[in-house]
Amino acid sequence: MLHCNGDNRGMNHFIAPERGRPASLADLFFSFTWLALQGFGGVLAVIERELVERKRWLTREEFIEEWAVAQIMPGPNVINLSLMIGGRYFGLRGALAALAGMLALPLVIVLLLALTYSHFSGHPGLAGALRGMAAVSAGLIAATGLKLAGALKNHPLPLPWSIFLCLASVLLIACLRWPLFYALLGVGSIGCLLTWRRIGP
Amino acid sequence: MNGELIMAWSDWLTLFGHYLLLSLMSVGGAISTTPEMHRLLVEQHQWLTQAQFNESIAIAQAAPGPNVLFVALMGWNVGQNAGSTLAALLGVLATMVGIMLPSTTITYLAAQWGHNNRHLRGVRAFKQGMAPVVIGLLISTGIILGGANHDPATDWPLWTLSIGAGLLIWRTKIHLLWLLAAGALLGWFGLV
Repeated sequence: MLHCNGDNRGMNHFIAPERGRPASLADLFFSFTWLALQGFGGVLAVIERELVERKRWLTREEFIEEWAVAQIMPGPNVINLSLMIGGRYFGLRGALAALAGMLALPLVIVLLLALTYSHFSGHPGLAGALRGMAAVSAGLIAATGLKLAGALKNHPLPLPWSIFLCLASVLLIACLRWPLFYALLGVGSIGCLLTWRRIGP
Repeated sequence: MNGELIMAWSDWLTLFGHYLLLSLMSVGGAISTTPEMHRLLVEQHQWLTQAQFNESIAIAQAAPGPNVLFVALMGWNVGQNAGSTLAALLGVLATMVGIMLPSTTITYLAAQWGHNNRHLRGVRAFKQGMAPVVIGLLISTGIILGGANHDPATDWPLWTLSIGAGLLIWRTKIHLLWLLAAGALLGWFGLV
């Protein structure tokens, strides 16, 4: 079931590229398995790359909206996001297929790693490789944020306001190290209130 | 851990029940409830050693997949300490089902409700109004991970790698796996 949320930005329909959707429950399962396996600390960024840019199951705007919900709910945000995307196409079965894809094979891998941990834990090459992959992941996550910031152009709030709120949250979270909860609550509620007023009844 | 741990059924239920509760408190991810897990597993019941607790988190972060799998490793180690692979599997089941069931149920129901009521002004204001802050959160996460325990004076190659990878992802369609592989190779040979 495709979800049309272009109601307040109808212009998008003219430039919207062709969009995809998962062909089946198995497609959902394997797609989520594949992107979980690429996620070394940054599964969220991989979901954006694979599902928004490559497969076009979601637009950037939809991805951000779904993610806002996934983030505010209890539980890991990537798990929440996966089950929401699965559920959007195939209901409860889709949510379970996406969840299973996200967890099944990575669970087996992590258990195998735990069983062999004592053999590799001291290896300098491996420690270096993990450090290198973590550095790439950090760049990947920040770049995904910058890419998604492009979607703020279509936001109901004027662009300077959105950018101000975005920078304020970077300041609070990354520089001042506020607990995530307060930053989301503080800046998030200002964003919601301003948007509420802009979109009108 | 030497000396076998005896886990009675009531202990398994305690473990499961605690993870059910932690799931409800895990806004911001399961990782935000680790102090509570530490109290239960290490301090209160000695079901895990401190080293096993730390390793569970470290291994899950190094492995591909969602970080929440550290919870499965904790359950696995509790079962291993109880003496059998079967118990370890039971541990994985108790902790993972516990941490997942409440939060996924709530999220699923909330998402369905939000989707069915997506034309309400309040729902639209929430979903769209959160956009700037969630984008800021993503950029912040990248900054925090990139800067974790790194001294710019000595770790500038890591910074260069992060920034270079970020630029390539931002500006090109290059597949992520190439970049991860490049990062792994550079690290393996001690170049970053």
